[in-house]
Amino acid sequence: MTVAAPPRVRLAVQARGVTRTFGDRTVLDGVDLDIPAGQFVALLGASGSGKTTFLRILAGLDAATGGRVLVPKVRTVVFQEPRLVQCKRVWWNVTAGGVPGGGGRSAGAKDAAVAALAEVGLAERHDAWPATLSGGEAQRVALARALVREPQLLLLDEPFAALDALTRLRMQELVANLCARHHPAVLIVTHDVEEAILLADRVLVLRNGKISFDADVDLPRPRVMGGAEFDRLRIRLLAELGVLSPADPTSAAADAVIPDAVPPHKGA
Amino acid sequence: MARSAVLDAPDVDRVAGDSVDVDELVEPHPRTADARQRTWLSPVLAAILPVVVLAAWWLATGQGWIAPQLLVSPWHVVMTFGNLFRTDDLAGQIGVSLARAAVGLCIGAGLGLLLGTVVGLYRRGEELLDASMQMLRTVPFLAVVPLFILWLGIGEAPKILLIALATMFPMYLNASNGVRNVDRRVVEAMRSFGLDGAPLTRHVIVPLALPQILTGLRFSMGVSVLALIAAEQINAKSGIGYLLYQAQSYEQVNVLLVCLFVYCAFGLAADLIVRVIERVTMPWRAGVAAR
Repeated sequence: MTVAAPPRVRLAVQARGVTRTFGDRTVLDGVDLDIPAGQFVALLGASGSGKTTFLRILAGLDAATGGRVLVPKVRTVVFQEPRLVQCKRVWWNVTAGGVPGGGGRSAGAKDAAVAALAEVGLAERHDAWPATLSGGEAQRVALARALVREPQLLLLDEPFAALDALTRLRMQELVANLCARHHPAVLIVTHDVEEAILLADRVLVLRNGKISFDADVDLPRPRVMGGAEFDRLRIRLLAELGVLSPADPTSAAADAVIPDAVPPHKGA
Repeated sequence: MARSAVLDAPDVDRVAGDSVDVDELVEPHPRTADARQRTWLSPVLAAILPVVVLAAWWLATGQGWIAPQLLVSPWHVVMTFGNLFRTDDLAGQIGVSLARAAVGLCIGAGLGLLLGTVVGLYRRGEELLDASMQMLRTVPFLAVVPLFILWLGIGEAPKILLIALATMFPMYLNASNGVRNVDRRVVEAMRSFGLDGAPLTRHVIVPLALPQILTGLRFSMGVSVLALIAAEQINAKSGIGYLLYQAQSYEQVNVLLVCLFVYCAFGLAADLIVRVIERVTMPWRAGVAAR
């Protein structure tokens, strides 16, 4: 049976009509989303908009009330806090639960851990206790732990929210570089508009339980903050998040420059 | 004072001259780390109270303020100690007592740890066991001595079982609470990375609950000595409790005091053991970390 079909896009995430209610409160109200393999997607939303809930559903940590999600088998999470096991050394934390190419407590596991730690610049700290790490170092260990499994989908749940501003900038650069090298599909949940534009191929806004905004970010990499294009998108996103009111002249101007974004991945 | 050209403002001297008022200011005195560290003073401080008590005792008995039938002198106690070693095989008695306490403790605390872990981990386990354990725990273990004698006779079995029963509950309570209080977010993270079941319990949950489990061990060890005294009054032919019982019958104050000191030594040894276990099993705690 041969049908002239458009080239098939390999997906890392397919979500259809995902709903989630807590008691009588509906947090997710029919979310549809496709993420192609290797795409870096930022999911923005106001506090309590359900973006973390959506990430947890994709991770398999929470169940959706309704709808269907398809995700790759190998997917890993970097949580807002490092969540390291305090009573185990750093390298053990990185390979806890086993990694491909190094089963369990074998010497291979430790080598794999040290190699992953080297990628985040912490190779020499592999024998340290988690309690002796700074906040940024601990989060880098969490990042190494997520990447060492070679995930097809990397889920980042506000991974830099607890870090100071300088460490955050460094971490953002590190994540951008590592994702460019390993090329997993990434979904980063954040409330930081600049961070989203800086890192992502595509930004989404979750509002009233649905994806209310979906646009590609066509800025050249490596990116820096600022610039006309950057600011236009930033203002547009802030308006979408309800920070700038529609009556605001800057917001209106932004709307004039960028007309309503076309969802570029509809029915991929 | 070298300043950068950019920041240099020609007319303003950024550092004030002598015309400043610092009378109201003080230098901060932070609590330094060495105030909390052990020094030569630490053992001296620990020894003050025992030394004072010993001196008062010596004085009171030496001056004849207290009748020798009620309290003998320290020196007399030391002599009795030596005599007991030679004539009554004190070392052997201590060995017998320690063996009973150790076997009972291993059974009791081991069972308490197992049940506590199960109850802490699983809701079903809690529903099955916890109410019964809470009920049994309030029964004073001394109250079951007559029953144990009736059921098990007067051999070693009722003694060891009594110690096991007494030491089970402190461990059970602390282990179940400790396991329940392990950070759920860390456990969730480990599960998401594929660590689950027995390895998760062994590598993550029990080690993280260790501080409280060791508190349980401290309590259990203390209770084991208490239960030992009660157990060794069950028609025993040996052990410190037996010696104590005999001394009570013959009103031998010196032997009674020797027995008390042996119990003191047990308590000290138990504390040392737990400290060593803490050092060995929890090198990861920030304050204790070797590196």
